[in-house]
Order: sequence, then C-alpha cells, then structure tokens
Amino acid sequence: MIAANLRVVAALAARSVKQTFRRPQLLAPIVVFPSILLAIQTAGAGRAVDLPQFPAVHGFLDFMLAGAMVQSTLLASNSGGIALAVDLEMGFTDRLLVAPVPRAAIVAGRLAGTAALGTFSALWFLAVGLLFGAHIVEGVGGALLVVALVTLTAIAFGGIGAAIALRTGSASVVQGLFPLVFVILFLSSAFFPANLILEPAKSVAQVNPLSFIVEGIRDPIISTVSAEALWKALAAICGVAALSTWLSARALRYRLRTGG
Amino acid sequence: MAVAQAMNLGAIGALVRRAANELLRVPGAAIPGVLAPTIFFCGLTAVFGHLTLLPGFTTNTYQSFLIPVSMLQGAGFTGAATGVNLARDIEQGWFDRLLAAPVPRWALLAGIVSSASLRALIPAIVLLGVAFGLGVQWPGIGALVLALALVMGMALVAALWGAMLALRFRTQSAAPLMQAGMLVLILTTTAYAPLALLTGWLHFAATYNPARFVVEAARQGFVGGVTWSGTWPGILAVAGMLGVLGALAMRELHRITYE
Repeated sequence: MIAANLRVVAALAARSVKQTFRRPQLLAPIVVFPSILLAIQTAGAGRAVDLPQFPAVHGFLDFMLAGAMVQSTLLASNSGGIALAVDLEMGFTDRLLVAPVPRAAIVAGRLAGTAALGTFSALWFLAVGLLFGAHIVEGVGGALLVVALVTLTAIAFGGIGAAIALRTGSASVVQGLFPLVFVILFLSSAFFPANLILEPAKSVAQVNPLSFIVEGIRDPIISTVSAEALWKALAAICGVAALSTWLSARALRYRLRTGG
Repeated sequence: MAVAQAMNLGAIGALVRRAANELLRVPGAAIPGVLAPTIFFCGLTAVFGHLTLLPGFTTNTYQSFLIPVSMLQGAGFTGAATGVNLARDIEQGWFDRLLAAPVPRWALLAGIVSSASLRALIPAIVLLGVAFGLGVQWPGIGALVLALALVMGMALVAALWGAMLALRFRTQSAAPLMQAGMLVLILTTTAYAPLALLTGWLHFAATYNPARFVVEAARQGFVGGVTWSGTWPGILAVAGMLGVLGALAMRELHRITYE
C-alpha cells in the first residue's frame, strides 16, 4: 500500500517537473530571472564588500549565491502553486480525486516536484558560482549541506503555494503573489548583511525566518559551518513547514468539502 | 494623400483607445506593472542603501540615484505587457482581422505600441509619489518632464521589442523573453552604481549599452543639474533603439502578413 502511494507521489512529482521544464513561463522565474539578477547585482553592487561591517568574504558572488538559491526556490514554490491551480481550473485534480489515490498524495506529489526543483536550483547556482570563481569554504560536504537545506526550504515554502492554490483554485491569484516573494526577500538578509540594511527593513530582516534560512545556506559557502547558524536555519525551515502543512491540510479539506 | 494620412492617424488612435479601454475595463491588469517596480525600488533602496558610502557616489541618498531606473523598469514592464497582449491577440485570431483591414502595416504597429508610452506614465507617477514620500529631492519641472519623456520613449522601445517577439513566436509563452530582455537592457547600465564602481563584465556592458545614456539623462535632475551634454546622448540612444527595433518589428510584421 505504501509502495503504491509512493509510486503515485513519484509519478505526480515527475509530471510536475516535466511541466515546469516544458513551459518557459514556469521555468523562467526559477532559473532565468534569479540568474540575471545574480549576475547584475554581483557586478553592480560588488564593491559593497569594501563597506565597513561587511562580513569577510572571498567575493560578493560567494555572498550572493545563497540569496539567488532562496529566490529561485521561493519562485519555484510559487510556480508549483500556479501549476496546481491550473490543474484545478482544468479539471485534472478532479480526475485525481475520483482515482483510488490518497488525497494527501496529490499535494505530496506536487511538493516532491517542488523539492526536485529546489535541488535543481541549488545545483544550478552552485555550478554557476563555481564557474564564475566562487569558493565554497566547506568544500564538497558544505555543498551537499547547501543542497539539502535548499531542498528542505523548497518543500517548506512549496506548501504555502499549494495551500493558496487549493484554497482559491485560481492560477491568477497565485500568480498575483509573485511580487510578494520579492517583498519577503528584500525584508531579509538574502541580498545584503542584515546589519547593513536600512531601517525599517533592517529590523524586519533581523527577525524574518527567511534570514535565518539564507544565513544557514550561506554559512558553508563563506565560512566554516557554525552550529548556531545551522540550527537556526533548520528551526526556521521546520516552522515554515509546520505552518504550510497546516494551511495545506485546511485548504485541501475545504476543497473536498466544497467540491471545488 | 491628406485623407489617407488622416485615416491612418484615425486607425492609430483607435488602437490606442482600445488599449486604454482595456486598462479601464481590467484595471487589475495594470497592477503588476506598477507593483513590481515599486517593490523593487523600495526593496533595493533599503538593501543597497549603504552603497552611497562608497567613494564615487554623487548623491547622499540611494533613492535619488535609483528612482529613474525604477521608472524605466516600469516602462520596460509596460512595454513588455504590450507584446504579451499582441501575442494574445495573435493566438485568439483578433490580429488576423487587423491584418485584413485596409490599414498600412506601419500604422498597425504604431497604434499597438503607442499605447505603451501613455501606460508607462502610470507606474512612473506612482513611483514618483512613493519616492518623494521617501525623501527623494525635487528635481525641478524641467528635469521631471525630461525624465518622463525618456520613460515614454523607453516604453516605446520595450513595446517594439515585445511586438517583435510576439510577431516572431506568436505565443504568450514568449512573455519571459520579452520581460527578461528589457530587464537586462535596463539593469546592465549604471543602474546600481556609477560606472567607475561597476565591476567585471558589467563595467564593459554598461560602457556600451545605449540604455545607460537614457538612465543617466533621466537621472540628472535627481542627483544634480540637467545639462545638454548629459541629455542629448539619452535622446539619441532612445531614437537609435526605436529605429533599430522598429525596423525589426516591421520585418516580422511583413513576414506574418505574407506567410
């Protein structure tokens, strides 16, 4: 029974990944836009490393990699939500609901797909970073830790996209949340050290869970791994995951109760 | 001859009015074009605000440095949206009806892209309101008019770019290419920092990117005074980009007509 459910989740995840790679609208926010912004921000604001209080880094690209990965992952979660909403609009989810498939597997399949995209995003930006001269202080072990944290982040935030898609059933509503992703990113230490961000964004960034996640991912790239940064990142990921799971479960119950 | 010209102008006006109607009937469609540059403006100024401490910056506030870039980014998004709308019209067959109309091709293209220059004023004015609220210095009427004129010009450039891609690919799936193209054009300039502070490939790209002259011409009043030597390269760059992209879009329009 468990094996059958896992096959369903794997099939839905594979469909979700294929869907993303076949539609430029879904792939562009995950790969193209974060890569463009990474390249431009790294060269445009690269002299920021000369600012007093900027942490010691090999280069600004090393510092920015974690931000690009998290940006890509959040956009992947949003894209996953859009794709799920399109499935709801087109009736594909209705067909799944009448199939002998556990309800949770439908959401789990989508989240597994988002996780795969998170892994892809981490590998993509690590490759791009290494190609353009970034250093990973913790080496291969650090790179694996980065991939693991980005993948977990994708699952945690993917649940929020799925919950909104299930609750609204509208792709345009989920797509409308696209700018919100950037609000969350700018109010975190994704692109700059929190202590150098201007107020009031600085105060928000210092308590934003995304800052803890980004700093946990950044840690093995720019320095040796610290237990504090790691546990804070994991705690933040668990917190977001718990919230998104609760929201998804509620949204799924709502959809089943109302029949879409 | 005069009658024909008047009819062509009438067709251009009708297409501009259609785009304006769309804005009135679906006001929500304008929100992303306003929201995205506003979020980027507020976010980037908060995040990179301390860059002005680096030697070489000519302004004390990063908001004043960034506001023209955000206005031009808004123009880029608006222009790209014109391309997406054209792709939708091609997909739905409405554009075929336009092609069957007794209107010259250039007038069709002019009508479609002209609306973008007017629509670009919406994000620009919202951004100016936000920027003045955040303490951006008043640039003076002349500098403001110059900045808005350049924003309208860049919206035309973006609309021609979007129209060219829409006519080439004939699908809304080309939307990311339309948006990414304008994003790259505007951001690979002195968008984040003065030329001397840019590093690596971006220094090279910004040196030769014609959009840099537009950004710097629009920025003049916000960081200092307007000079003719700082203005004419921007005007020339917009005219050049309009000429090149206009010719390329016309080529695609002729191709779609005779296939």
